Amino acid sequence: MRAAALTGLGSHRPAHRADNTAIAAAIDSSDAWIRERSGIVTRGVAASDESVVDMAVSAGGKALASAGVDPTDVGLVMVATCTLTHAVPGAAARVATALDLSNAGALDLGAACAGFTYGLALAADAVRCGSADNVLVIGSEKFSDILNMDDRSTSFLFGDGAGAGVVGVCDVDGISKPVWSSDGSQSDVLRTVGSPPLLEMEGQAVYRWATSMLPGFARATCERAGITLEDLAAVVPHQANLRITESMVRALKLPPHVVVARDVIDSGNTSAASIPLALDRLRETGEVHRGDSVLLLGFGAGLTAAGQVVRCP
Amino acid sequence: MTYKENHVTTANYPDLLAGLTEIVDEICGSETAGKVALDATFDSELQIDSLTMVEIVVACEERFGVRIPDEALEQLKTVGDAVQFIANAGVAA
Repeated sequence: MRAAALTGLGSHRPAHRADNTAIAAAIDSSDAWIRERSGIVTRGVAASDESVVDMAVSAGGKALASAGVDPTDVGLVMVATCTLTHAVPGAAARVATALDLSNAGALDLGAACAGFTYGLALAADAVRCGSADNVLVIGSEKFSDILNMDDRSTSFLFGDGAGAGVVGVCDVDGISKPVWSSDGSQSDVLRTVGSPPLLEMEGQAVYRWATSMLPGFARATCERAGITLEDLAAVVPHQANLRITESMVRALKLPPHVVVARDVIDSGNTSAASIPLALDRLRETGEVHRGDSVLLLGFGAGLTAAGQVVRCP
Repeated sequence: MTYKENHVTTANYPDLLAGLTEIVDEICGSETAGKVALDATFDSELQIDSLTMVEIVVACEERFGVRIPDEALEQLKTVGDAVQFIANAGVAA
């Protein structure tokens, strides 16, 4: 069987930013309360004509350039998103056409905030089996289309953006087998309602689930990869809320050399886009380097979770 | 030591209180842990907000082997309420 690894990353961060004061008034809140509650300081907000597909194309094109992969050599593109306001048509075929991926199959992936890590797992298997030589995995979200800005539990948490990774053939495998799980009994804690859809969340239930499962999830994912927390250069958990991340860091007693992604501070929760955005940010800032082992932990609505250890491209 | 339902006595409390204090110390720091007492309120006296309270409850569940549902969480106003709940829930400490 062939070996698969991440070979490139790309990001799209909307030019327009919204700070907390712009959001706080509608929910009778304040910058201080939002920071204390979530760690978030600002987030990207896409323009009215900047769609989920547009952001996916931007991030995907950068990832292909970063990997040095010709668009005609991409065999499959997956777009993980939960913020399309219409279920049909999906985003992936439009992304494939816009990027001239003339030989690529295309599908959307619905696993909410865990979408990118599910996509990476499936992409790695597709490459290993020979179904594709290169797979483009994109997470793209436009929460500004589905947020109720009067809702105190969600309005300040979510942001827009897209992140992408290319999975290709390598000599040594660089994507561990995933640890994944689901719990449909709690499907109502994070959901959209109405048409057009608006997001609703039982914040305390989601927080409880995330903080209670993350430490074990992180350890199990490392174990599956055959490494320990000591071997990691970085951890990139889904950027849900800084307090969820800090709770996990505290519970795991992470060694001081392990870098922890905290992109949520500047991006908010961008669901399927958050892990590639945060990983690419760590790479840009020089906090992780090519070849480093990075633990990715996706978790979110469904409830769903998927994680793996990757070698940084 | 084993705590069983309907067999709660004040003699059991010091162990639970000490365990809860350690959890508060780990999550909130020593300053907050120093204020832990049976009659201390989580919100006004210990300044513990609802998200931190969730973390404390999750840590208590793991440490004491009990289940503290969301409905019960809302009733835990003081440290003593939490100790009493854990003791009544039946602890294998």
